[in-house]
Order: sequence, then structure tokens, then C-alpha cells
Amino acid sequence: MAEVKKMATRDGYGAALVKLGEEHEDLVVFEADLAAATKTAVFRKRFPDRHFECGIAEGNMMAAAAGAASMGLVPFASSFAMFAAGRAFEQVRNSIGYPRLNVKIGATHGGISVGEDGASHQCCEDFALMRSIPGMVVLCPSDAVEAEAATRAAYEYEGPVYLRFGRLAIPVFHEEGMSFEIGKGEVLADGDDVAIIATGLMVYEAMQAAEALRDMGINARVINMCTVKPLDTELVLKAARECGKIVTAEEHSIIGGLGEAVCAVVAESGIPCRVKRVGVNDVFGRSGPAVQLLKEFGLSTENIVNTVRAI
Amino acid sequence: MTQAEKKDLAIKATKVRMAVIEGTHSAKCGHPGGSLGAAELFTYLYFREMNVDPADPKAPDRDRFVLSKGHTAPGLYGALALRGFFPWEDIMTLRQIGSHLQGHPNMNMTPGVDMSTGSLGQGVSAAAGMALAAKHMGKTCRVYTLLGDGEIEEGEVWEAFMFAAHYKLDNFVVIVDKNGLQIDGPTAEVMDSGDVVEKMRAFGFEAVEIDGNDFDELERAFKQARETKDRPFGIVMRTVKGLGVSYMENAVEWHGKGPNDAEYEIAMSELNGKLAELEAM
Repeated sequence: MAEVKKMATRDGYGAALVKLGEEHEDLVVFEADLAAATKTAVFRKRFPDRHFECGIAEGNMMAAAAGAASMGLVPFASSFAMFAAGRAFEQVRNSIGYPRLNVKIGATHGGISVGEDGASHQCCEDFALMRSIPGMVVLCPSDAVEAEAATRAAYEYEGPVYLRFGRLAIPVFHEEGMSFEIGKGEVLADGDDVAIIATGLMVYEAMQAAEALRDMGINARVINMCTVKPLDTELVLKAARECGKIVTAEEHSIIGGLGEAVCAVVAESGIPCRVKRVGVNDVFGRSGPAVQLLKEFGLSTENIVNTVRAI
Repeated sequence: MTQAEKKDLAIKATKVRMAVIEGTHSAKCGHPGGSLGAAELFTYLYFREMNVDPADPKAPDRDRFVLSKGHTAPGLYGALALRGFFPWEDIMTLRQIGSHLQGHPNMNMTPGVDMSTGSLGQGVSAAAGMALAAKHMGKTCRVYTLLGDGEIEEGEVWEAFMFAAHYKLDNFVVIVDKNGLQIDGPTAEVMDSGDVVEKMRAFGFEAVEIDGNDFDELERAFKQARETKDRPFGIVMRTVKGLGVSYMENAVEWHGKGPNDAEYEIAMSELNGKLAELEAM
């Protein structure tokens, strides 16, 4: 296989902010002292007057962004996932979610792939937290191109959106100019022996797993579920019906994430279908190079293959 | 302000107090104490200070008020009803199923409410965000927020204060209701916040301390706020929690409960007496 271009989804986010900023006067950015890391610095460079530094105070930032949204601006509020979804959970819940204000939360550094910073910064709970807020849209793009498309879709959507991006450079497999719709999964490979439903950086691993499985005579369907909420239940149930087996894969705790969302939909449907979840198994992360950590925590092609074979 | 104007405001504040009693009696719960103490402030804001139009509650260039101490919603609702944002009769539906008057303010349900609040510490941040956005958008509107003196124990309040000073939000007025009481007792015993005026100044505010139950002092402070440039303005207002209902005054147990029928009769008779006295002036 030819060498693929690698880029972090956070880079797609930064690039999208600049492009959208050119098109829309009302787009502003709120940042909590992490502009270089969240990539809002590229927006700051282009639009210094529309980039509002809030300092290391994520709670205030989220509620201030809510106030700005109530005035008609479209704020993208950025921090690491741990602090955007974790530290500021209640501000997001009460000041953004409850009044349904048009704030976009650009959370970078989601998951284990934060790497060397270790467990304190490796947020594997953000889907669970954000999914539980009524009306919150939760997006987790699988490559930098999709990150850009998702950021655009978030801007165009009226209401709160949580966007989860990663720190690690990962393969870019989507074509520039891809179409993207909130709430719609993307079938990347056909097959009806098993369906692998993945999100974020696990999508590429799922595609690799499907290739390996094909060599073993197993035809796996691969679904990219960028929209973790609202879940594309139609696509999930179709997979349940046609494949009878589902493996989910996410860089998130197996508690409260995509896997549990899929389990709930399948269980309530009455369709006979087994589901197994690949994710972080209710443990904290630790320091180390991201690529090695992902393997160690089972967030790998190999573990998806093994899980499929065990189901 | 003239004596006639002051009398008119005092009558309106008394009616706001009646709304507080009517609502919390009807709901059999709610927060009368802080609502009563801030009645002059609500009245002053909605009848003297703010540029708002009940016929167009979402007018883009209106002034904004964020009730950061959202539990004193009954007082805000009284002022909004009196100003004509919704019928006075709605007050009797406070906190009931089907009512737009939620236990804490909801901007999507109640005309005139500019921000959903209730979780302490967040309203002031949202209000600061509004003031920043107003400046950014070139709007001349002003943003006001009311905090409790218990509420300022929340760290987020001080994050918001830093933010407001950093961005030189001179269109932003922060009022702290210093009634000295919170649920668990006197603020000085629960968590002493010390000299709040000095603390606000240290955070970059121009700040004054006034008697918040006195219309002349409110007028002076809000005038000074308008004249202040390049920094946010803080008004620490001393108030009597429960003011206007004898048995609720400075009584911590009236922070969060509704009067029963007998208590309601006493409260309304006192307020009606006050109203008659003012009208006879």
C-alpha cells in the first residue's frame, strides 16, 4: 500500500476556521490559552480581532461564549477535550445546552493519543458527558479532511455542537470536498459477515482490519460514524439486520460512548445481533508515544480483527 | 429624580414585592427573601435604566439583564410583568407545570429574560460574553448582571471579573447584592468574602458600595457607571433580605420557601398597607 499522507484532525479544524472566517463575519473564536495546540492560532493570525483569549478559565469561557452566541455571533470555543467537556461540563450543560445557544465546542486532544502528557490529559469520557446533554450534537471526524467538513457543517447547523479532534497525525483517506451530513454514517466498505462501526482515528484502523479480515474470508462492512449523536440508527439497524454481528471501535471509554449507543439501539430493536465494543476498557491512560499507547490499549487494527474473530 | 418619580418607583417596587409573595405562595416554594431585597434594583433597571421594549422583547440593540442569582426569579418576573412583558396573572403560575415561569429564568420561555440562569456563577460569565460581543459588533447597548453575595464564592465569578477587566468592558455593570445571608447562614460565617468593593477594584473594576434599597443611591451609582470608561463597573449594594415583609426581613429561613396561607395574608396586608401609604403621599 502506498504511503498515505498523515495529518491531525485538529489541523483540519484550524484550516476550516480560517476558511469559514473568510466567508462569515459572525464567526468568532474563544480560546483558553492553548491556541497553538488547538490550532485556533491559525485563525488568530488571520483574524486577530475575532479571536478572544479567555485565559486558563474554561468554565468562564464556555458561558461567555454562550452570552456572545445570544447576541448573534457564532463562537467556536476551544480547549482540550478534558477541559472543554470535563472541567466545563456544567457550563456547557447549563449555559449552552439548556438554552440551546449556538456555540460550537472545538475540543482537541481527545483520547489516549494525546500521548506523553499522560492520563490527566487523555480524555476518554467526553462522548459520555456530551451525549448526555439533550440536543447536543457530537462529532468525531476520522481524518483531517472530514474534520474540515464537520467544522463547516457545525457552523451551518443552528445549535450547540461538540467537535472532538485528535492531536496525533493520522492517515488522510477522504477526498477533498467530500460531502458531509450531520447524523449520517458513511459506509466505507461493503460486506455482510460483520459490521465494524468506528469513529475518529479508529475508522482507519477499521478499514485496515476489514482488509485483513477479507484475506481470512470474512467480509466486513466498515461504517464511519463521525456523528456520535444523533446516531444514524437507520444505518446501525441495517447493519444489524444484514450482518448479524457488530463490532464498534472508538478512542473512548467503552462506557457511554459510541459502543454503548450502538448497543442500546440494537438491543431495543429486537433484531438478533451480537455487539462487541473496542475501546478503552474502563481504565485511565498513561504516558508514552501515542502510537505505542494506542496498541497497548487495544485501539488497533489487530484488536479489531481479534474481536471480530471472537464474536 | 423628582419626589413624584421616586414615589412612582416605590409604588412599583411594592408591586414587585407583591408579585414575589403571590408567586411563591401560589407555588408553595421559591425564593422570596433575595427577591424582596432586590425589588428596588429590579424596578430601577426596568423602569429607569434599561432600554427595553416589551412589545419587542428580542430587539437586537436592547440592553441586556442577566440574573446571575437566578433563584430570585420571582422578583425579576414581577418587574417584567409590571413592565408589560407578560400578563400579571402569569405570576400565579410560577413553578407550575405548563407555566413559562420556571423556578429559575429560562430565556426561551419567558419574554424579557435574556439568559437562562440558575447555576450560580455562570450568569456573570454569560453577561460578560454579551458585553464583549456588543462591543465587537459595534452595538451601544449595555449589559447588567445581578449576583448574590453568596454566589461570589464561586470561582467562576472571579474568572468573569478578570475577563471583563481584561477586555475593558465599560458597557458592563456588575451588581452584587450584599444582603449578608446565604442558605447555611450569614455569609460572614459560611465563607467570608471580605471587602468585596476592594476585591472588585483589585480585579480592575471601578466599584462603589451603596444602599441598594434607596433609589437615589441606585441612580447615582448607575449614572457613575455610564460615565466610567475603559473598565467595568461594580455596584456592591447593601440590601435587607426579605425587605417589606416583617417576618422575612433578615431571616435566613426565608431564603428558599413559600409562605403558607396565614403567612401570605400577613405579607399581603403589610404590602397593601405600604402601597396605600405611598399612594397617599
